[in-house]
Amino acid sequence: MLLLLASEAGGAAAEGFEAGWLTRHVWLIPLLPVVSFVVTLLFGKRGKGGGAWFGVTLMGIALLLSAGLGVEWLGRGHVGLEEGQPAAVAATYRGTASGDQEHPVAQVIEEAERTGEPKASIPGHGEAGENHGAGGGQGGAEDGDHGEKPEKAEEPKGHALPTGRLSLPTAEAGGEAAGGEHAIEVRPYHEAEAGWFHIGPIEVGFGFHVDGFAVIMLFTVCFISFLVHLFSTEYLRDDRRRTHYFASLGLFTAGMLLMVSSSTGLQLLLGWEIMGLCSFLLIGHWWEESKNSDAALKAFFTTRTGDVGLLVGLSILFFGAGQTFNLAKINQQAITGEIPRTWLVAAAVALFIACIGKSAQFPLHTWLPDAMAGPTPASALIHAATMVVAGVYMVGRFYPVFFSAFRIANNALGFNVIALIGGVTIIIAGLLAFVQQDIKKVLAYSTVSQLGYMVMGLGVGAWTGAIFHLFTHAFFKALLFMGAGSISHACWHSFDLRDFGGLRKHMPKTFVTFMIGTAALMGLPIFAGFWSKDEILLGAWSNGYKGTFFLVGCVGAALTCAYMTRVVYKTFWGEYKGPQTPDAIEHASHATHGHDDAHDEVAEAKAPALVGASAYQEGAKASADPDVQAAAHGTAQSERGPHDDEASHTSDDHGDDPHGDEPLGGYPHESPWPITVPLIVLAVMSVVAGIINAPFFGLQFTHFSAIEPIVAAGVPEPSFSLTVAVISTLGALSGLGLAYAWWFAGARFGLEGLTRRNKLAGAGYRLLEEKYYLDALYERVIVRGIKGPVAGLAYWFNQNILDGVIHGTAWTARRAATFTYDVLDQEVVDGTVNGVGAGATGLGRGFKHMASGKVQQYLAYLIGGAAAGALVIFAITFNRS
Amino acid sequence: MAIIDGNVNLDNAVLSVATFAPLAGAAVLGLLPKREEFLVKAWALGTSVFTLLCGLYLVLRFNYADAGAPQFERSHTWIDVINSNYHVFMDGLSLPLFLLSMVITTLCIVYSWDHWPEPRNPKAFLMLMLILETGMLGSFVAEDLILFFVFFELVLLPMYFMIGVWGGEHRQYASLKFFLFTLFGSALMILSFLALYFKSGAGGLDPTFDIPMLIERGMSGTLVRSTELLIFGGLFMGFAIKVPMFPFHTWLPDAHTQAPTVGSVILAAVLLKLGTYGFIRIAIPILPSAAREYAPIIAVLATIGIIYGALGCLAQTDMKRLIAFSSVAHMGFVMLGIATLTDYGINAAVFGMVAHGLITGMLFFVAGSVKDRFHTLEIKRLGGLLVQAPKLGWILGFCSMASLGLPGLAGFWGEFPAILSTFNPAEGLSVTLFRTCMVIASIGTVLAAGYLLWLFQRTAFGTPKEEWATTEVHDVQRPEWLAWAPLLAGIVLFGILPGIVFDITDPAVTERVTAAVNARGK
Repeated sequence: MLLLLASEAGGAAAEGFEAGWLTRHVWLIPLLPVVSFVVTLLFGKRGKGGGAWFGVTLMGIALLLSAGLGVEWLGRGHVGLEEGQPAAVAATYRGTASGDQEHPVAQVIEEAERTGEPKASIPGHGEAGENHGAGGGQGGAEDGDHGEKPEKAEEPKGHALPTGRLSLPTAEAGGEAAGGEHAIEVRPYHEAEAGWFHIGPIEVGFGFHVDGFAVIMLFTVCFISFLVHLFSTEYLRDDRRRTHYFASLGLFTAGMLLMVSSSTGLQLLLGWEIMGLCSFLLIGHWWEESKNSDAALKAFFTTRTGDVGLLVGLSILFFGAGQTFNLAKINQQAITGEIPRTWLVAAAVALFIACIGKSAQFPLHTWLPDAMAGPTPASALIHAATMVVAGVYMVGRFYPVFFSAFRIANNALGFNVIALIGGVTIIIAGLLAFVQQDIKKVLAYSTVSQLGYMVMGLGVGAWTGAIFHLFTHAFFKALLFMGAGSISHACWHSFDLRDFGGLRKHMPKTFVTFMIGTAALMGLPIFAGFWSKDEILLGAWSNGYKGTFFLVGCVGAALTCAYMTRVVYKTFWGEYKGPQTPDAIEHASHATHGHDDAHDEVAEAKAPALVGASAYQEGAKASADPDVQAAAHGTAQSERGPHDDEASHTSDDHGDDPHGDEPLGGYPHESPWPITVPLIVLAVMSVVAGIINAPFFGLQFTHFSAIEPIVAAGVPEPSFSLTVAVISTLGALSGLGLAYAWWFAGARFGLEGLTRRNKLAGAGYRLLEEKYYLDALYERVIVRGIKGPVAGLAYWFNQNILDGVIHGTAWTARRAATFTYDVLDQEVVDGTVNGVGAGATGLGRGFKHMASGKVQQYLAYLIGGAAAGALVIFAITFNRS
Repeated sequence: MAIIDGNVNLDNAVLSVATFAPLAGAAVLGLLPKREEFLVKAWALGTSVFTLLCGLYLVLRFNYADAGAPQFERSHTWIDVINSNYHVFMDGLSLPLFLLSMVITTLCIVYSWDHWPEPRNPKAFLMLMLILETGMLGSFVAEDLILFFVFFELVLLPMYFMIGVWGGEHRQYASLKFFLFTLFGSALMILSFLALYFKSGAGGLDPTFDIPMLIERGMSGTLVRSTELLIFGGLFMGFAIKVPMFPFHTWLPDAHTQAPTVGSVILAAVLLKLGTYGFIRIAIPILPSAAREYAPIIAVLATIGIIYGALGCLAQTDMKRLIAFSSVAHMGFVMLGIATLTDYGINAAVFGMVAHGLITGMLFFVAGSVKDRFHTLEIKRLGGLLVQAPKLGWILGFCSMASLGLPGLAGFWGEFPAILSTFNPAEGLSVTLFRTCMVIASIGTVLAAGYLLWLFQRTAFGTPKEEWATTEVHDVQRPEWLAWAPLLAGIVLFGILPGIVFDITDPAVTERVTAAVNARGK
């Protein structure tokens, strides 16, 4: 049964439904960082701090606007849909048409069409949809009974099902949902589109789409970006190219904001690729070293490989939905089944490939850890709120397409490709995080793993959970990255876990905030990650993936706890092991110049293995005894030096001498306020962000996640389950407990040195160290193969076969002409053929004066031959007909 | 049926003046003394600026509401005995390319101001450039096959001499190869023109070379299938060599590599478009049925060209040769769009022509400037351009990004709509084949990112090679800025507001090209 809510058509918007000022001017939010980009690029060098404060200010304004937008959204009129009615809903309210004239692009289209659109989109619903109007709300709701959607009849249990009652907005919307009453409030989206260009009969629009999903994303992105800007003012204070850096940050943010607020797939692609460009610039920020530019290229290529899917997928949807890029229309048609299912499946698979590339899912995740070559705040931005979550956002935005294509809610197979890839990613990335010595790489793999959760969440139908996790993850992952930045700032720009230790005494603010972030990432109760991860697991549990992806999620939680315990232990407990003075680091970096890229790590791991000491890393890791560890580490130090990425940039390289003017005499130290304030703010958010959707707090997040296409598609919304929460917490605690026992308590369970004693364990360890050999496959086999033999063969074909044919033809023509002259011309007194031959010879002679060499002559005869051939063709042409 | 003369007014007079002003300027240039170098340069620049102003006048006077209709039309008896007329007009298809030719020529003269390739001789060089300009402009407005042919061939000789005299080490081989290849195509093309002429006389009508009249007469409806295919084949060869399409492209890398900088720029920016323009203006609308039969072949060759061109790029060790090969790939996208015979595809193709003109033109400019500074374009000897000449380096990066089809820059709008249109080709074409081409062409975008960013990484990132470590390298200079700024601005402007081009081309495409395809396609 499909119930259609519709309001009376009305010119003026009813009270509470009109779009607020910020909603109508949402384009201001992406525009601000664009201005920041342009101004910083043009005038930044002359500005204070290389233009940094300009970006900070504008991002601050953008943050305020996005927060205001959030408030406006909550105050927006909504349709209250209460539990108890056995019907799905196709809420067809539309934003008001007012205010679009203020849009910067002159011509506003679409408003008229929008009002008529649902009429066509729900087959057979009779009159119900015909008379709803732009932002109506006069209380007229009509029920239409449509029995033609059998899947809808079998709505999964637990789904809050709406009535057709339309309630006018209440000022405090939260009240309705409180007390465990699962009412779904659907707020109408607001969309304003202006003509961009047209081809044939199709007008392609440029516009903005405001709904809860967009609002929450805009806020998150602005929030993180503002803090990253602020953090960077200190972190990159002395960087030679800070102006470029801040300009790139601005454009990067603009790309993401544009993407999340766009109303069309084409614009989404625009924002998507702008981020690709900016990640290239930021990862390769210190491009003097080939390691960094390699990482930048790798990121660009890998995501670009996935982008093939986006190009193809968008094309399929464009034609499938009747030649439109409009996201709302595409989603609506996916729900109503107007797009054939085979097309939906093809589009979904293609789009998901794009998500795999951009959101670093297995098997295209390999670029993300390498992307750590960029400055740390940029990593925070890339990992927390932009770029890598773009893929998840895109799948979330097109969710009805995926939901219908893979029959996510009632899938007989018990799995689908999205959930599968997400689940695999959780585990493989979680395992890889264990063998990293670079704190940023641990965090990078944890990002990959957490993105796996989001993707898996989308795969099992936990839309709200996935989006909520995207939201909470942004805060605690930004916190962890910036915390790592702060640690590195204190430790001579090293990121090597072996250089840290005991830092809790030296940098208490960083320590406390980092611990909060860690707890949130682990998903410990109360902290943000708990609530969002729980919702994903809940979705897996209640949507029929209990025995598969639910378990994967729990194992992933245990892994997360374990590797984060390792990081925390190595960083904050024990004794500080890094260099104490700048001299030490200078010395070390001279001794082992440039020994810090991925290949060298591998080489490093191999070299000691030959002398039977392959366990030095393992030993260092495995040993709870600080002395043993220090000793093992010392050996390593003498070989590789205690520096990491940015240590080798110390002095003259980029002019970002990290501590040239630091007041601290070489000991690790707490960072100054532009670094610690963002950490504290994010730490607060790492708690608060989760609680907003806690059941006892009234599931406030659903005000943003309950958006029209999701509700209309019938995406299930299971209610909180204590069982699931307990099981997942136990899973997490088991990982935490084991890791605690191993690192803190020194319990070894007889496993110490297992990788040496047991061949299988050793091979497993090597497999992880080699990152499942995926990099080897991509870089050494595929890329090198195409660059080398394949391209070489193509070029050889060009030079020898194609040109060979040309030269051969020329030679033949010359021989023919000679024959013509010697034999025919001398013996036959006929003119035609003779003329051609002589002409060709003459032409050849003519060119001989201008150009010497045999090849030229051959070519000269080519024309003679061609002309003769052409005459023959012409004669044939003429005789026919 | 003779076309009636008359209707001379200011507007259509300006169209003719704009077309022939460079030729007249070149004639006057010939009379100026060679020693007065400044005078020579100033005169040439003045001529091209005057031409450009005429062009801008036309752009202002152009009726955009009716961009598909012939405007500034002028017809005058020319060679009465074969009923060939001087028939010119401008519509939405010609306007972007007409203007592009003017802008590129002017900017090339500005760039050349103190960058003369050996053996210098600015006077001769500039004369050739101006003659070339008339050839290009005329080709884009000619509406008579013979007239078109004359302009089309007029382009050939100046470029031949430009490469043959001012080119690099292997200039003679390259110039002759260019000349003969194109002439070979032209020979077949003129035969097809003649065949069209004679066949158009069927049913007691006067035979004609007039393009709109040939379209109107619906040649596809009156010709025997095999004859039509042969005629189209002749046109195909003539245009495909000029584009150039795989496998007729081998003249291009040689010509580009050897040509002087501005020669390469003009070659890439304008001359290649004569081929694609010929398809859209002549071959497809006159013979739509044959176009339908050739479309799968064109699509397959275009797709091969996209991948093959990209692979060719990856194998290069010379920067300029790499850029040259990239043209094969990019023109592949243009031809793929054309092969779909749809509004989307052909609009994308026209956009792709303009975008490729701006972007690849810029890339050749940058390559020329790199060569000026380092006297080599061998990629492995270069590096750290961003350290020594940061502005030049970033311009290279910008153009690379534009060339690989980054949305927001012009290149994207030639590429993505072409891919999009390939999903849904004109009715009757094999959907399976075209969709396969679409996926392969999309993979071409990844390879494009590969060769362009590798080029950028190897030349601009890193630190300068020892060889140049102590060399004083000057960054972008004033003539370079003056020549490049309009192109760079255009790349951004068209990238953000693609409607500027699409809104002009679309009516012309629907009215003049796809209308014929839809009407007589079967």
